[in-house]
Amino acid sequence: MRLELSTDQEFFRQTTARFLDDHAPVDEIRRLRHDRAGFDDRYWRRGAELGWTSLLVRVEDGGGTISGQGVVDLGLVAHEFGRRAAPGPLVATNVVAFALSSRGSAAHASVLADLLAGEQIGTWCYSEPPPNDRLGDVTLEMRPKGDELVIDGVKRPVEFAGCARQLLVTGRTGTGLTQALVPADAPGVSIAPLQSVDLTRRFSAVAFEDVRVPIEAAVGRVGDAETDIERQVQLAFVMLNAESVGAMQSAFEMTVEWAFDRYSFGRPLASYQEIKHRFADMKAWLEAGHAISDAAISGVQDGSPEAGELARAAKAFIGDYGTELVQDCVQIHGGIGVTFDHDLHLYLRRVVANRVLYGTPSDLRQQIGRGVLDHEDAA
Amino acid sequence: MSAQTSEDLQSFRARCGEWIRENLRQLEPGESGLHTVSSLSEEAELAGVAHDRLVQRKLFDAGLAGICVPKEYGGQGLTRAHQIVLNEELGGYEYAMRFQAPTFAPCMPVLLEFGTEEQKHRHIPAILKGEELWMQFLSEPSGGSDVAGALTSAVRDGDMWVLNGSKVWTTGAWWSDWALCLARTNWEVPKHRGLTVFMLPIHQEGIEVHRIEMLNGSKEFCQEFLTDVLVPDSDRIGEVDDGWTVGTRWMFHERMLLNSPYVTSPLGGTHGGYGAASVIAVARAANRAGDPSIRELIGEARMLDLVGEALAHRVSEGIRSGHMSDQAAAIARLFKAMVTSRISTIRFEAAGAAGAAWSEDDGAAAASGNEFLMRQVASIGGGTTEMARNVISERVLGMPREQALDRDVAFRDVPRSRTSRT
Repeated sequence: MRLELSTDQEFFRQTTARFLDDHAPVDEIRRLRHDRAGFDDRYWRRGAELGWTSLLVRVEDGGGTISGQGVVDLGLVAHEFGRRAAPGPLVATNVVAFALSSRGSAAHASVLADLLAGEQIGTWCYSEPPPNDRLGDVTLEMRPKGDELVIDGVKRPVEFAGCARQLLVTGRTGTGLTQALVPADAPGVSIAPLQSVDLTRRFSAVAFEDVRVPIEAAVGRVGDAETDIERQVQLAFVMLNAESVGAMQSAFEMTVEWAFDRYSFGRPLASYQEIKHRFADMKAWLEAGHAISDAAISGVQDGSPEAGELARAAKAFIGDYGTELVQDCVQIHGGIGVTFDHDLHLYLRRVVANRVLYGTPSDLRQQIGRGVLDHEDAA
Repeated sequence: MSAQTSEDLQSFRARCGEWIRENLRQLEPGESGLHTVSSLSEEAELAGVAHDRLVQRKLFDAGLAGICVPKEYGGQGLTRAHQIVLNEELGGYEYAMRFQAPTFAPCMPVLLEFGTEEQKHRHIPAILKGEELWMQFLSEPSGGSDVAGALTSAVRDGDMWVLNGSKVWTTGAWWSDWALCLARTNWEVPKHRGLTVFMLPIHQEGIEVHRIEMLNGSKEFCQEFLTDVLVPDSDRIGEVDDGWTVGTRWMFHERMLLNSPYVTSPLGGTHGGYGAASVIAVARAANRAGDPSIRELIGEARMLDLVGEALAHRVSEGIRSGHMSDQAAAIARLFKAMVTSRISTIRFEAAGAAGAAWSEDDGAAAASGNEFLMRQVASIGGGTTEMARNVISERVLGMPREQALDRDVAFRDVPRSRTSRT
């Protein structure tokens, strides 16, 4: 998270932090493990009132930012979510709200209004199962036929598909890409729940079999949605990153405390040089995670040409080093670090899930490498 | 421009850009502006030094030297933001590389902080004009990390001091002019309380400069032997026996190196950092850039470039704004070593077998083996990463200090080798 916030941003951050402290304490997260939705409707509506769903939405659509920089503001919310491994469809809802506000039509206005109010949640059907699971692979077909779009294919994993009424679906139309808003109860849509490492996030596999929606359901231009999708990917990345850095921060602080409190051989763990040096490495990874997460947020906020590369670099770095950091926190805790009663695994779960959603670090490194080589070739 | 108003960034940028394009040489594609210490012959190195002096003089004459140095000492009296603009505008152009470290940092800021008015007026303008290259006489053969355990002695003789001892790991001392020297002036007190800092010309009677051959053939690192070197008391920096106060700031400025407001480091256009570019150069030379596994390594190098740059920025802003203590500079120092080390490994990997056996035709790949042999330099020079880890855990995170057996003991009685233990 940024070192310096404006007064308004700091107030906004604290409001969300206090709300989460009150309504998403660790006991509640443990309780939600057996909850079908993974979050409470009322909690989400109140979060929406605090501004969680409006930051990427245009003012004329009922949205608005705190600082004039919606991505930066949303990064603060995501960070506080990560600090507490908080429940709720933050990433998915904001991506869909952004898509509907920036590219949607009148046909999508009521859904968008519901998303803003927290009356509905959004979800984005983007990733596909292997062998088409590399970031950017899209094989689900979306064929215009008469005044309809016909959809065939499978999306997996899809976050919170089980309680979403509308699905934002990304598909292929010939050589181009198309996005459409599809009712979850449309004939031919089947949603199969998956298990997850995260206690409160729910994922599903969503199959589309000869699903037909009116052409007005398209979000943006049919066959020409690549730029929109890249922007959505960047937004998802920076939110996941900010959340993971928040989780890293909490795990790190908890483990520093432990190292001072825990005595072995008559001295605190924090007095052993081997342990101290590992904390030094972790501190470097943590600050680096903050730094690259914030750099990517700024890039995506400004729509800079480097935004895609920064967002990918941030996700690859935080994916790799964030999980290493929290695993090392587990190691320093010893056996208690792998028990359910201890809180450490809540943060471990968050960084572990975020590491592989929408593209693994290896996948992203390859994309960055290709981008650098293309850039050199072009120069 | 009146003395009260500082030049605005926009007009400064225009002035820099115009001057640079007219007066400095543009780098060839693939030329980084940096070179490895082993790559130049003695003649070429001396020619490079002379050229760096010339470039620095041109910058001075153009009003672009010492951006953050007060005007009264020949600087521009501008801000760090102006220095960043200069760095950006210099991307892709030659610059006075050999002046940056250790002359502009840490030596110059130490002079600025602790020098007398007379000392500052004598040396800072000369440094900015390219007339004085400075070195750090800091590490000694008896130990690098334990800087305060210096054995080089300075004994007072009227208005003069007599220095004896040896200093080591001075990069390019053979072509440099002046040095900051940490010496022991009192052996009867604990080690931190008996040190004093001096400045002295390197090429003078009593100083023998020996060039050390490194495992890759480089001879840039030097060792100096000081025998009855006379230093006037007017060249003492700070108080007698209070050298550690100076030394603490000295090491802070060393750790801040890449983010020092006094150091110029051209930014590589929109694609900052040289790590990925260097890997690509090697991969292409080895004809392996099309390999998907190499592409992923190029991506990793690029990721590390970007993260390193972002972290350096965060830490320097954190220290400037007071959100972080000065000690946080060790975080950037540690991470930089991790990045440099990993990228060296990646470069070696990208070279394939050409890293072990090469011909002249292998271009950039040919150097990767010897570079890899020297990989740890990034984790040793400028204070080891172990010391950085101690600083982070103890000074930033507040963890218990390592036990030191020399803390409250007169330095004379501190064991200094296996044989001195009784």
